[in-house]
Amino acid sequence: MKSRLNAILDALLPLLATIAALLVGAIMLIILDVNPIVAYSALLNGAFGSSNALAETLVKATPLLLVGLGICIAYRGNVINIGGEGQMIVGAIVATWFGLRYTNMPGWLMITLAMLLGALAGAVWGGIPGVLKAYFNVNEILSTVMMNAIAVQLLNFVLTGPMIDPIQSEKASQIPQTARLEEAYRLPRLVPTRLHLGALIAVGLAILVYFLLWRTTLGYRIRSVGQNKFASRYAGIKVERYVIIALMLSGALAGLAGVTQVYGVNFRMITDGSTSGFTGRAGYNGIVAALFGSLHPILTIPASILFGALLVGANTMQRVTQVPSALITALNGLVVVFVVSSEIWRKKRQQKRLTVAIEDQVFDEFSNEIPGHSVEEAS
Amino acid sequence: MISDLFSLTVLLGIISSGIRLATPYLFASIGEAFSQRSGVLNLGVEGQMILGAFTAFYVVMNTENLLLGVLAAMGVGALMGLAMGFVSITLQAQQGISGIGFYLFGLGMSNLLFQLLVGTVETVSGFPKVPLPILSDIPVIGKLFFDHNILVYLAFLLVPIASFVLNKTNLGLKIRSVGENPEAADSLGVSVSKVRYFTTIFGGAMSGLSGASLSIALLNVFQLGMTAGQGFIAVALVYFGAWRPWGVLAGALLFSLVNGLQLWIQVLGINIPSEFAVMMPYILTIFVLTLSRSKYGAPSALTKPFEREG
Repeated sequence: MKSRLNAILDALLPLLATIAALLVGAIMLIILDVNPIVAYSALLNGAFGSSNALAETLVKATPLLLVGLGICIAYRGNVINIGGEGQMIVGAIVATWFGLRYTNMPGWLMITLAMLLGALAGAVWGGIPGVLKAYFNVNEILSTVMMNAIAVQLLNFVLTGPMIDPIQSEKASQIPQTARLEEAYRLPRLVPTRLHLGALIAVGLAILVYFLLWRTTLGYRIRSVGQNKFASRYAGIKVERYVIIALMLSGALAGLAGVTQVYGVNFRMITDGSTSGFTGRAGYNGIVAALFGSLHPILTIPASILFGALLVGANTMQRVTQVPSALITALNGLVVVFVVSSEIWRKKRQQKRLTVAIEDQVFDEFSNEIPGHSVEEAS
Repeated sequence: MISDLFSLTVLLGIISSGIRLATPYLFASIGEAFSQRSGVLNLGVEGQMILGAFTAFYVVMNTENLLLGVLAAMGVGALMGLAMGFVSITLQAQQGISGIGFYLFGLGMSNLLFQLLVGTVETVSGFPKVPLPILSDIPVIGKLFFDHNILVYLAFLLVPIASFVLNKTNLGLKIRSVGENPEAADSLGVSVSKVRYFTTIFGGAMSGLSGASLSIALLNVFQLGMTAGQGFIAVALVYFGAWRPWGVLAGALLFSLVNGLQLWIQVLGINIPSEFAVMMPYILTIFVLTLSRSKYGAPSALTKPFEREG
């Protein structure tokens, strides 16, 4: 009974952290002389107020979920993948190139191939930091950030040069975008809104990732390496290999997120030249969503919807109250800070439970080995 | 023409811009080196930098007082450092991820405040060049090294000072011991958390100063997202420099010289797409991180929260 209460409390921590962040936001709004109730209800209305609003929320949630699933895998393997932005970009570039290059294919075939290619490109972009970490001890946080910067430049290059829309290249404006994909290649819409099949695919993949992590040997090994790489090596697991695989899977999912943005939303690649011009910072916000979902693939689904809602609602809030939507970026940051900070209470309660249960040395050694890894298995 | 790159004027131009461009990296990386040496990985440098850049810009725009701008930026950075310290030292949160939170927070806040308080692109009159007497008259070298704004000198002066403090003073010893073996330091009566709070607050202040050096000394404007990843590179330079101020200097110079080269390649219109030129420093960083397997490892307690036994 008591452990169930604890489990509920643990699951509520991210929610409490979000409420805390929203309260800070409310104080900021009051300082700006804006009624927080008006602002937040505009936000809510913009995110869920109509079927179109709801569809937009889900469209925005889709890349967050895909990136977030990758974060779940990487984090379980004790690698932190900050490279979602770059992985999305290269995935989208490769898939877009393929779709523009090969015309007159059946739609389902092209979409499947484009997704596979995009995922592959993302996996390569994530795999490079993986190899560097596994064999050269290069901190993956830094290398993935660098890979993001490189991908952004690559994006700016292809969209102003080799892949620019032929119509744009003749115009003076030269908007950095590719040509449109042909109609047959677009991801089918689910209802008469912008909601596309990619959302369903993402949910399906969430279930798949759950099975991968907790029902397969591969998943077991990734988690085992993440929890204690010395014990894993002792048990005969090739630690390096699973570090690389974790980052590659993470990159593949982010690459897929990039593909869905092209094949499901814009039907072309387009950027405004800024670092987040194509991704809309989904590579970072996906981390936020995954954290919020306690790094569990299934819980990341509602978490992504929540953050998709915040992003969509922020625009409505800006229209109604004139408060720039950047406020939501700042609050997202606070959510991350609060969620990771609230871990200490979970850890403390867990420690209490465990010390009561097993008063032996094994736990001491174990908990020393995995600082900050209090996220319990779901099964 | 490629051969144009090797003319004396261009070489001097590259070195001169390299020295100027190293300034923000030096401030931020040395601050970060201090917090990492004490065991705290602050990944929020980028957020502290951009908020510092905005603060300095806004204060100078309104008061035209450069010193006040610098101090305000350092104050804002220090406050964010304090918050980072509270989260990672007292609450023992995972540092890699909380840093991303502070990054998003700083980015969003600077964006929000800029749109609310400034709105349009405006320039300020930032730190002027201060040619050092006599030294700047030395032919060639004088112009290169002794004809910069005061923050450039300060950044380079910081390197020997930081090295001295870390290696030769009692404070430095405490910082290093807390980062290498917090249990031993604790048993000798050193307050682990006090030392770590000090370094994260100092690191935050330096990141704020770094941002100020962009907005009121190098560029004299504020643009949304103007730090463009430089804070993350500053963190990478700490690894590159093997956690030592002189190593950080070498890294910052190498990185900013390549950056200067990249600018000149574009100026001279050499036939490389500018995007590839901009990519170079990042590729170089990855490359160097891969090769630099220095004999000094990371501080043993880096990213590990400290908790007394029992």
